[in-house]
Amino acid sequence: MRAPVSWLRELVDIPAGQSSRDIAARLIRAGLEVETLETIGGGVAGALYVGKVLQIDELTEFKKPIRWCQVDVGVAGGGVRGIICGAQNFVVGDIVVVALPGTVLPGGFKISSRETYGHTSAGMICSERELALSEEHDGIMVLPAGTPGAEAGPMIGLGEEVLDIAVTPDRGYALSLRGIARELAISYGVPFLDPGLKVAELAAPGANAVPAQCGSEDFAACALFTLRTIVGFDPKAPAPQWMKQRLTAAGMRPVSLAVDVTNYVMLELGQPLHAFDLDKLTGEVRAGWAKPGSTFETLDHVTRKLGPEDLVILDDAGIIGLAGTMGGLDSEIDADTTNIAIEAAHFAANVVARMSRRHKLSSEASRRFERGVDRTLAPYASALAAALLIEYGGGQYVGMTAVEAPYEPGVIKMAAVEPGAVAGLPIADDTVITLLEAVGCEVLSSGGQLAVTPPPWRTDLTDSADLVEEVVRLVGYDLLPATLPIAAAGHGLSKAQRLRRRIGMVLAARGSVEVLSYPFVGESELADLQLPEGDIRRSKVRLANPLSDEQPFLRASLLPGLLATVRRNAGRGLSGLSIFELGSVFQGECVGTAPRPSVLMRPSAEEWLALTGLLPSQPVHLGVILAGEREAAGWWGPAQDHGFQDAIQLVQVIADTVGALITIEQLSDPVFHPGRCAAIKCLGGSIGVVGELHPRVIQAWSLPGRSSALELDLDAIIAAAPDLRSAPEVSVHPVAKEDLAVVVADAVTVAAVTQALRAGAGDLLESIRLFDIYRGPQVPAGHCSMAFALRFRAPDRTLAADETAIARQGAIDRAAAECGAVIRGT
Amino acid sequence: MSGPNTAFDPKQVAELGAAAVANMVTSALAAVAAATDLGLLKDVRLAHAGDRSPLALANRDIGALPPAAKAEVGKRVGAARATVKAAIDARQVELERARDEFALAEEFIDVTLPAGRNPLGARHPLTTVMERICDVFIAMGYDIAEGPEAEAEWVNFDALNVPPDHPARTMQDTFYVTSPESGVVLRTQTSPIQIRAMLERSLPIYVVAPGRVYRTDALDATHTPVFHQVEGLAVDEGLTMGDLRGTLDHFAQEMFGPGIVTRLRPSYFPFTEPSAELDVQCFVCRGASIDNPNAPCRTCVSEGWIEWGGCGMVNPRVLQSVGIDASKYRGFAFGMGIERTLMFRNGVTDMRDMVEGDVRFSLAFGLES
Ligand SMILES: [Zn+2]
Repeated sequence: MRAPVSWLRELVDIPAGQSSRDIAARLIRAGLEVETLETIGGGVAGALYVGKVLQIDELTEFKKPIRWCQVDVGVAGGGVRGIICGAQNFVVGDIVVVALPGTVLPGGFKISSRETYGHTSAGMICSERELALSEEHDGIMVLPAGTPGAEAGPMIGLGEEVLDIAVTPDRGYALSLRGIARELAISYGVPFLDPGLKVAELAAPGANAVPAQCGSEDFAACALFTLRTIVGFDPKAPAPQWMKQRLTAAGMRPVSLAVDVTNYVMLELGQPLHAFDLDKLTGEVRAGWAKPGSTFETLDHVTRKLGPEDLVILDDAGIIGLAGTMGGLDSEIDADTTNIAIEAAHFAANVVARMSRRHKLSSEASRRFERGVDRTLAPYASALAAALLIEYGGGQYVGMTAVEAPYEPGVIKMAAVEPGAVAGLPIADDTVITLLEAVGCEVLSSGGQLAVTPPPWRTDLTDSADLVEEVVRLVGYDLLPATLPIAAAGHGLSKAQRLRRRIGMVLAARGSVEVLSYPFVGESELADLQLPEGDIRRSKVRLANPLSDEQPFLRASLLPGLLATVRRNAGRGLSGLSIFELGSVFQGECVGTAPRPSVLMRPSAEEWLALTGLLPSQPVHLGVILAGEREAAGWWGPAQDHGFQDAIQLVQVIADTVGALITIEQLSDPVFHPGRCAAIKCLGGSIGVVGELHPRVIQAWSLPGRSSALELDLDAIIAAAPDLRSAPEVSVHPVAKEDLAVVVADAVTVAAVTQALRAGAGDLLESIRLFDIYRGPQVPAGHCSMAFALRFRAPDRTLAADETAIARQGAIDRAAAECGAVIRGT
Repeated sequence: MSGPNTAFDPKQVAELGAAAVANMVTSALAAVAAATDLGLLKDVRLAHAGDRSPLALANRDIGALPPAAKAEVGKRVGAARATVKAAIDARQVELERARDEFALAEEFIDVTLPAGRNPLGARHPLTTVMERICDVFIAMGYDIAEGPEAEAEWVNFDALNVPPDHPARTMQDTFYVTSPESGVVLRTQTSPIQIRAMLERSLPIYVVAPGRVYRTDALDATHTPVFHQVEGLAVDEGLTMGDLRGTLDHFAQEMFGPGIVTRLRPSYFPFTEPSAELDVQCFVCRGASIDNPNAPCRTCVSEGWIEWGGCGMVNPRVLQSVGIDASKYRGFAFGMGIERTLMFRNGVTDMRDMVEGDVRFSLAFGLES
């Protein structure tokens, strides 16, 4: 909402000496967000003069028509000057605005005397756009009157200061000069003469006058409908210059007197009005619901399909407007309109909001109605509009018809101490009452209890909390004390929160960089991962309104986002990437419709289950990509690339970080290299995958060769983490070391042999470590030799040689039985 | 070898006289001083302190002396041997140290050689800012609450007093899951976590809730469709707006330095009443740039205040929707954007730096922000 300051000063007696900046500060303190304070023509430096066009010579030898004009700019402007002008919209005798050499126009454009089109042009005749008054550039400005040589600035509104206010959805009343002026009157403590309650004087209609008839088919949607009729209006009469200037300053384009007047009244009072060409109407004008299947062409030349949820304005011939939103082409006033009917009505906020949303149609009218318009304002506003039309356009007042449901404002009960109790700042009862009355409420006070009737323009005041806010904001938030409540004893981070932090720290400490990628994915990315139908990583959760149709899904895996991030980094010349992400993925499906329980009570357990049961499963995953160099080339030697083993190592580090026991098992997975991929198992279930990416995936994503990846369900591994870790027994007795090598078939895994050896060695085994693996002539084909270092130790004694030997043999026997291992070399 | 009962020989006594012993010491000390390495010193030790050294032989001859001379000569030779041994030992230590120092000097390495074989990685600064915020509130007794990103529309809007068709819904352009009628959205704010906290936890409630939120804005220098917020909620008996202000002041000081204050401006949010915009005093200029063209401030655009978030007292209608008795309990809530916080706090100028995952960006922050 753009509010010219001079207009505000006209409506409220702002103390002298208060600058526009002071006024803006007052409004901000009251809760109206002043975004900018702008001066009209603020970019003009130097004088602008009123000029009178004395002579026009049309120059026709150029590509476009050019005029050589003699303009009288009075004694102050140096008499008659020759000026070249490209515009065609003026005649000899017109009064224009002239910028003389030396004057600087907005954008730093300095006027100088210059040779052009064969003449010396000593100035410029200005258009509105050149002065940054508006975007209007269909010709130069022609003033209604003026004395050559007079200063033109004040006549065209230069120097007017305008506040641009962002109005929050609850403050519909502030979409009017009237509402803003009231806030200023309260802030300055000066009386406020409400222009919304002023009854404009209209001549009594003639005895036989028959105004157009009106009606409302549904008082719940249209509680008040009025129609005023004026005939014999001069369609050529222009709006007065001051009105055009105010409209322009407020950001609206002057069009014609009738349109300008309805806009002017809307800006000043906040009541949207609509002017119909009376001669294009048939019978009664009324608000009613559209019939299913009906269509209507709005003023913006869009034909809209309407249904029974659309409140429309009808006459006996059909639909002539979308109520409170936009009129239609067929009943629009035009350049020949002489008879006018002005609609001023009250439409329900939710009805207009729904229509505006459904038709994606936001207008000055709909913005006001959906935020709430003064329920009783319509007749006052249309009277003012009629008076202005008759004053500036002639015509005869024929009268008003109206239909209205009874207006019964609700009464809000509130204890007078409530605002102070909420604020934490004592506020006297008298202050509470005075402030509520200042915003327009009627207040009845009895024994500390207040019965408050909000004014018709404050549709946002419905609960005592609303009244509390009014009082506290007008007292001033800057007066609130700063106190600290004593919170209940807290629990600190949860186990999951703690472990997620630790994992992030551990990965970063190992050189990995955390990224936060967008969760939007598309079919082509899923195809580039080679994911088959039915793979859980194939997203099934789809957005109804994605930003890009290429990426309509929510990720079911972190891999696409991470791979894209690696590709972006690699594209920027970064080699050697280890990146990780901790984030939600969206798995399962989301079909059906969530219920909408009442908000007047806590949802029942069943309702809550139905609400949340519809949501997709959203576990937190960890994803890591290792690509390119692990260690750059340096003085220490050549570069080392990341390998599959580094990824496996990270999995173990993460498991150790949370304290969960995991196992690694060979896996075939389409995303990964067929021989270099493992399932991460925990508590018997698979909680993730790790491996070298499949060469085709690497190619599809343009990644460094042999990049590895891992993705695991962090919720699952954290769930497997112990709440408490038990202390080990640290034996101080000597260690007994035994090395052994066994020959097994290639298909037998190190994990299997290790597990068998460990189990067979018994409790005395302190640790076991594979230190060599050998294939070659010394072992049979299709076999390999694995060499292990075993360390034995007892908690309470030095081990005897035979004890160690027995344990060693136990290990060998178990490996033989379980893995077909044959002891080598002894 | 001399025996104790050998006859007295004056010549022999003279050979063990003071001058003779002194000569032996002098020549031994000269040899020690001349030994320039450990090998030479070993020879010196053999020659002057070994079994066949003059002093050792002299010592052996003492037994042959008459008892009257024995004590005096024995004392003299003993002292001489001790002097020589001490000199050799001291020289030994000296030469060993010199040898070691030479060897260590040989092992010289340029300490400025780069040690960047396994450099540190980084957390994302958005994460560490969120953790920092959480820590501030954990210290005040708050818990950290969480909720899903794909959320029921009822939780994201209705329960927060944003009814269907209310213009406030259009303030936050919403991603709908599956269809606009599904009742499932990507949460547009962290406020739905308030609803979950109030439904799931027992009173009193003091929680902060960091998280990812979504709005249908295209990515540019100042907008992103995916961003982060942190939400705070307290519900207790007798809470006041003064408590809200005090909490925010403390929070601001923890984030931006001692003495920093906040400013509340009346505003509108459906889920709070009264509602306020939250400004934080500029921690760079502390207001000194206002109306001072000679010292402009980039952080606050010379306004002295920085818009940080929104806050207010929990609307009793919200308490009603989760079944909390609004006549007994009051609440306050606040929320702010993490990206925005990082932008003005750490001087990030382009939103895209925070979303693209360029490792250079995060590496500059390391493990803290
Ligand atoms: Zn500053």
